[in-house]
Amino acid sequence: MAEILVLVDHSDGAVRKTTTELLTIARRLGDPAAVFIGSGYERAKDTLASFGAQKVYLAEDPELTDYLVAPKAEALALVAERATPAAILLTSSAEGKEIAGRLAIKLDAGVLTDAVDVVAGENGGGPVTTQSVFAGNYTVEAKVTRGTPIITVKPNAATPEQAPAQPVEEKLDVAVSDQAKTARVVERTARTQTGRPDLTEAAIVVSGGRGVGSAENFAVVEALADALGAAVGASRAAVDSGWYPHAYQVGQTGKTVSPQLYVAAGISGAIQHRAGMQTSRTIVAVNKDAEAPIFEMADFGVVGDLHTVLPQATQEITERKGS
Amino acid sequence: MKIVVCVKYVPDATADRTFDPGDNTVDRVNVPGLLSELDEHAIEAALTLAEAGDAEVTALAVGPPDAAAAVKKALQMGVDAGVHVADDAVHGSDAVATSLVLAKALAKIGEEGPVDLVLCGMASTDGGMSVVPAMLAERLDLPQVTFAASVEVGEGGVRIRRDGETATEIVEASLPAVVSVTDQANEPRYPSFKGIMAAKKKPVQTWSLSDVGVDPGEVGLGAARTAVASYTQRPPRQQGTVVTDDGDGGRALVGFLAEQKFV
Ligand SMILES: Cc1cc2nc3c(=O)[nH]c(=O)nc-3n(C[C@H](O)[C@H](O)[C@H](O)COP(=O)(O)OP(=O)(O)OC[C@H]3O[C@@H](n4cnc5c(N)ncnc54)[C@H](O)[C@@H]3O)c2cc1C
Ligand SMILES: Nc1ncnc2c1ncn2[C@@H]1O[C@H](COP(=O)(O)O)[C@@H](O)[C@H]1O
Repeated sequence: MAEILVLVDHSDGAVRKTTTELLTIARRLGDPAAVFIGSGYERAKDTLASFGAQKVYLAEDPELTDYLVAPKAEALALVAERATPAAILLTSSAEGKEIAGRLAIKLDAGVLTDAVDVVAGENGGGPVTTQSVFAGNYTVEAKVTRGTPIITVKPNAATPEQAPAQPVEEKLDVAVSDQAKTARVVERTARTQTGRPDLTEAAIVVSGGRGVGSAENFAVVEALADALGAAVGASRAAVDSGWYPHAYQVGQTGKTVSPQLYVAAGISGAIQHRAGMQTSRTIVAVNKDAEAPIFEMADFGVVGDLHTVLPQATQEITERKGS
Repeated sequence: MKIVVCVKYVPDATADRTFDPGDNTVDRVNVPGLLSELDEHAIEAALTLAEAGDAEVTALAVGPPDAAAAVKKALQMGVDAGVHVADDAVHGSDAVATSLVLAKALAKIGEEGPVDLVLCGMASTDGGMSVVPAMLAERLDLPQVTFAASVEVGEGGVRIRRDGETATEIVEASLPAVVSVTDQANEPRYPSFKGIMAAKKKPVQTWSLSDVGVDPGEVGLGAARTAVASYTQRPPRQQGTVVTDDGDGGRALVGFLAEQKFV
């Protein structure tokens, strides 16, 4: 079977969950081959093996991560030329999509972004992707019709399944070209951890919007989130007001989430917000305006002031847990 | 300094966006369109830079005849000149082909004096792939300085803040460069009455594919490297129970959550 290249998404060898999802998807399409770029492979090794990587291409030159995107695209193109894979899978992050874009030009191949599912085509045809478009109002099936399919896949597109393998390691000698060394990363500050579940991976998300009213008041959103073991999200209005960091924004220009339960507090439900949470299984809304569009899509809604409804809910959950 | 802002004409997100059943492409004819709101942030960044120094700003759009509206809006906001590449053969182009046309048009604009900065939005609001700026950097062999949540341009070049998935990065490059900005970068201005009037007198050029030196066979639906096989409308979500808080709203909410086994 042909190789399916999976670009490993990691920071210093700490493999992100999305990569295990990609390896799981890759097994549907062919033989998974991980491409590890940067430092920290020793830490990543076992994870890649247990999720079925038959092969690992290793490019450990530290220069590869000193510059934005271009060096990784170059390294991946080199592997693609060597391995002639049947498809190339990347995480649908800003970086993943940009690497995919540059790769598509280098390989003159088709690129599909933001897949929420990828399956093998019928009769050995290339992979078929599913995407959610127009703020989640449409579901589209698409294919790459020319060149090696390059596909970026959203978090949670598959449930990671282990399939232990003993990968063959192949070290790559990639010297980063001068052209790829033009946008230098001069500073990198890791985001501080909150101790809460990751927004895109959480089973429950509690989000606050303009109705929260201030940065301090986000404490009521956080308290409910903690009682539920949930991640905290925010609307753009709340982020723009400086009440909550952009990393937690849900919507078109923030994160897409698809949890089991999404609680929207003080959020009106604008199309750009819906784009990021419309596919949640259950939606609960708290809003003081009975006409707010968010109620049209909520499975359960409370018309009321979030500053009283949320603390009461938090207390009720704590009491129920206690008894 | 010469700045070109790439602006896209897209179907309005608040209208009922759909596909053309004939060829499964985005319906850009029967759905009202506008300048992609995310590109307004790129225009704002260009205008801010122009105001701080001495810069000439051109808006560049590739798209159907109606896409002239996107160029017009950019002019109304304060951009100096417009270029619209309009050609029937462009219909159905994928990102790879769109980036080719943009790159060729940028090269042609550069013939009249080198372009120092190419500014883009972080994503188009219809396709939303966020790949075109990276593709442009690749094609033009320029530094890619993308997803800027803030931009500074100085003597030494361009410096941006990029909020990545796990870290915040500061990225620097010399000019010329391709820069894309996010909706965090600034607050786009509204066209003023003066701006709307002034826009009427600003130069706009409309180019065909042959003007920019692109073979029609390289673009459009026929050359697309990807195809939409099918599209289905998601059934609208059904409205559930809505209760009004009369002092018990929080408990009612938890009652529902318990029913659904979340607590
Ligand atoms: C290109 C583009 C991209 C965008 N991307 C995003 C995105 O990624 N994410 C996003 O969220 N938005 C995005 N937006 C913005 C979006 O259009 C809305 O402006 C935004 O979602 C509104 O946020 P909100 O619901 O918190 O605020 P509002 O629309 O102002 O709603 C606040 C709600 O809170 C309610 N409320 C007020 N006080 C209380 C109270 N005490 N108790 C209970 N309820 C109360 C009000 O009734 C109201 O319904 C984007 C817009 C554009 C143009
Ligand atoms: N047809 C187009 N005309 C002009 N600019 C475009 C076009 N398509 C994409 N762009 C630019 O590229 C950015 C990202 O687009 P995309 O990769 O489609 O998400 C947009 O914000 C625009 O700045």
